[in-house]
Amino acid sequence: MAGIPHDHYEPKPGIQTWLHKRLPIVSIAYDTLMIPTPKNLNWMWIWGIVLAFCLALQIVTGIVLVMHYTPHVDLAFASVEHIMRDVNGGYMLRYLHANGASLFFLAVYLHIFRGLYYGSYKSPREVTWIVGMLIYLAMMATGFMGYVLPWGQMSFWGATVITGLFGAIPGVGPTIQEWLLGGPAVDNATLNRFFSLHYLLPFVIAALVAVHIWAFHTTGNNNPTGVEVRRTSKEEAAKDTLPFWPYFVIKDLFALAVVLLVFFAVVGFMPNFLGHPDNYIEANPLSTPAHIVPEWYFLPFYAILRAFTADVWLVQLVEFVTFGIVDAKFFGVVAMFGAIAVMAIVPWLDTSSVRSGKFRPMFKWWFALLVIDFVVLMWVGAQATTFPYDWISLIASTYWFAYFLVILPLLGVLEKPLPQPATIEEDFKSHYGNPAE
Amino acid sequence: MFRKIAISAVSALALTTSVAFGAGTEGHIEDVAFSFEGPFGTFDEHQLQRGLQVFTEVCAACHGLKFVPIRTLSDKGGPAIPEDQVRAYAKQFTVVDKDTGEDREAVPADLFPANTGAGAPDLSLMAKARAGFHGPYGLGINQLVKGIGGPEYINAILTGYTGETKEEAGETFYENHAFPGGWIKMPPPLADDQVTYQDGHEATLHHLSEDVSAFLMWTAEPKLMARKEAGFKAVIFLIVLASLLYLTNKRLWSGVKGKKHA
Repeated sequence: MAGIPHDHYEPKPGIQTWLHKRLPIVSIAYDTLMIPTPKNLNWMWIWGIVLAFCLALQIVTGIVLVMHYTPHVDLAFASVEHIMRDVNGGYMLRYLHANGASLFFLAVYLHIFRGLYYGSYKSPREVTWIVGMLIYLAMMATGFMGYVLPWGQMSFWGATVITGLFGAIPGVGPTIQEWLLGGPAVDNATLNRFFSLHYLLPFVIAALVAVHIWAFHTTGNNNPTGVEVRRTSKEEAAKDTLPFWPYFVIKDLFALAVVLLVFFAVVGFMPNFLGHPDNYIEANPLSTPAHIVPEWYFLPFYAILRAFTADVWLVQLVEFVTFGIVDAKFFGVVAMFGAIAVMAIVPWLDTSSVRSGKFRPMFKWWFALLVIDFVVLMWVGAQATTFPYDWISLIASTYWFAYFLVILPLLGVLEKPLPQPATIEEDFKSHYGNPAE
Repeated sequence: MFRKIAISAVSALALTTSVAFGAGTEGHIEDVAFSFEGPFGTFDEHQLQRGLQVFTEVCAACHGLKFVPIRTLSDKGGPAIPEDQVRAYAKQFTVVDKDTGEDREAVPADLFPANTGAGAPDLSLMAKARAGFHGPYGLGINQLVKGIGGPEYINAILTGYTGETKEEAGETFYENHAFPGGWIKMPPPLADDQVTYQDGHEATLHHLSEDVSAFLMWTAEPKLMARKEAGFKAVIFLIVLASLLYLTNKRLWSGVKGKKHA
C-alpha cells in the first residue's frame, strides 16, 4: 500500500510465512491497524468509529428483527407489535434499531461537517470524499425504506410522498414511480421490495465503507492543521504520527463509550422521543395524516424540496425557459438532489490552497453560517409552508447553494490565509510540549 | 420566607409549563404526574388493575385491544394479576378458534378481541399514538421527565367534555376541549362512581380517567419497566467503561504529551 512510510508486517518462519505466501491477510490487518495517524487529531476525528459501530449495530439488530418481522401489508404492523410484546428482548432490539438510525445520521452529519471545516475533501482526498457521499446517499435510501417497514401511518404516507418525487420527473416520471412502487400506489409490492432493498443496502454500505477506509489509508488522514505528514523517511513520518493501535483505538473507544452513554439513556428512558406518534397508527390508505413529516435527519433536504414553490421568480423563469417542462415540483426535486450534489463536488468548488479552516479567517465565518443554515433548514423543514416559514426556507436554501457555488470559489481568491505551522510535530508541541518537560 | 418564595416559584413554573403544553396543540392537554414517568418511574400495579376494571366495564363495550395478549395481565411490571384470575377473566371474551374456525371462550394465550362495531379506534397503542405535548419549543425533550404525553391526552379527552352537544348529518357530536376541532363522536364515557372499584378505591371521574389512562400506557408499552431497568444497567456499565477508558487513554498518551501549554 502506498502512503506514509512505516514498519510492515514481517512473517516469522513457519505457519506465518506459509500463510503469508498464500494469503497476506495478516499483513493487511496489521498495516490497517498500525497505520501512522497524525498525532494532533482532535475530538472531531472520533465520528468515524461511531459510524462504524452504528453500521454494525444496525446490521446485527436488523438481522435479528427480520427473524420476527413479516413483510406483508396485513401482518407487518402486528408483527412489529409481536416483536415489542412477545419476543425476548424484542422491544430493546427494535428501539436500538430505530434510535440507532438517528445516532447514525447524527454522527454522519458531524463527520461531514468536520470534513467541510478542515478541508478533508481537498486533494488528494477527493475519492474518499466522493465515496463518503455515496455512503451518505445509500444511508438515506436505507433509512427511508426502513421507516416504511413498520407500516404505520407515517411509513405509508412518507413512502407516498417520497416516491411521488420521482413522479415529478418530466416524461418518464410516472413510469419510474410505478416501477419503484411495483404498482399504481404504495401497496404490498412496495413493502416487499423496500424490505428486500433495506436488507441489501447495508451490505453495499459496508463495502463502500471498506473502500472509504482504503482510500484514506492510501492518502493518510487529514488533521486539524491540514498540513501533510512528512513522508521522506520512516523517521520523519514518525515525528508527525503515532500508530492507530493503540493510541487512536483507545481514544476512539473512550469517545464511543461516552456517545453510547447518551444513546442508551435515550433508548432506555425516552425511546420514542425522535419518532412520530402517527407511526403507532396502522397504515390506512383512506386517511391522510394532518402533517406528513419525515424523520428529523431528512428535514434539511425536505425543507429545500419545499422551498422552491411556483411563486419564486427563479422557478417561474426556469419554467418559462424550458417551455414548462421543469415545473415547480420538478424544480424542488432537482434542488433537493442538487443540494447534495453541490456538497459532493465541493473538492472542485473550493479554490483555496489552504486546507484547514483554522487558517482561513474569512472562511470561518461563512462556514459557521453554513452550520447555522443547516440547523435552520432542519427546523423549518418541520414547520408549515405558510408565512414566514416559506421565506425562511427559501433564504436558507439559497444560502446552502451560495456557500458551495459562489462563496467557496470566491474565497480562495479574496482571502488572505493565516500562517500555518511547518509540520504536525510543531503544531503538536505548541499544544502539549515535550513529554520531558 | 425562603420556603414561601420557593413554593410560589415552583407553582408559577408549573402553571406556565402546563399552559405552554396546551398552546402548541390543537386541544388543551393538562400534564398529569403519572407514577411511570421519568427515568425512575414505575407502573403502580394497583392502578393498572383498577384501570383494567374501568376498561373492561366501560371502554370494552366499543373499543378493542387487539395487539394485547390476555396472558400479559399477569406479567410482573404490569397489572400482575394471579394466573388463575386471568384464566377466569379471559372466559368473558369470545374468539374464533384458528384451527376449528368456530367460536369459543378465550384463554389467556389469546389476544384481547378486536372491537370495531361502533367504529371506535383500537386502544392497544393509543397512549403512544397521540402526542399530548411537544415542549419545550416543539423539541419534545420534556418526555424524559414528563412521559410521552399520550396518557395525558387520553385523560384530557375523558375529562374534557363540556356537556354541549350538536347534531350534524344525523350524528351527535359532543363538545370536548381536548379533542382537535373541539367536537368528538364519543359520548362522555365516564362519570363519578360509574365503576365500583374492587379494591374500594375512590372512584371520582378523575380517578377513573387517570387509572384507565395509566392502564392504556401499559397496553401500549408493556415492557416499560424492563426497558428502564435495562437502560440503567447500560448507563451504569458505560459510566464505568468510559471512566476506565479515560484513564487508560490518559496513561497511554502521557508518554507522548508533555504538560499542556494553556
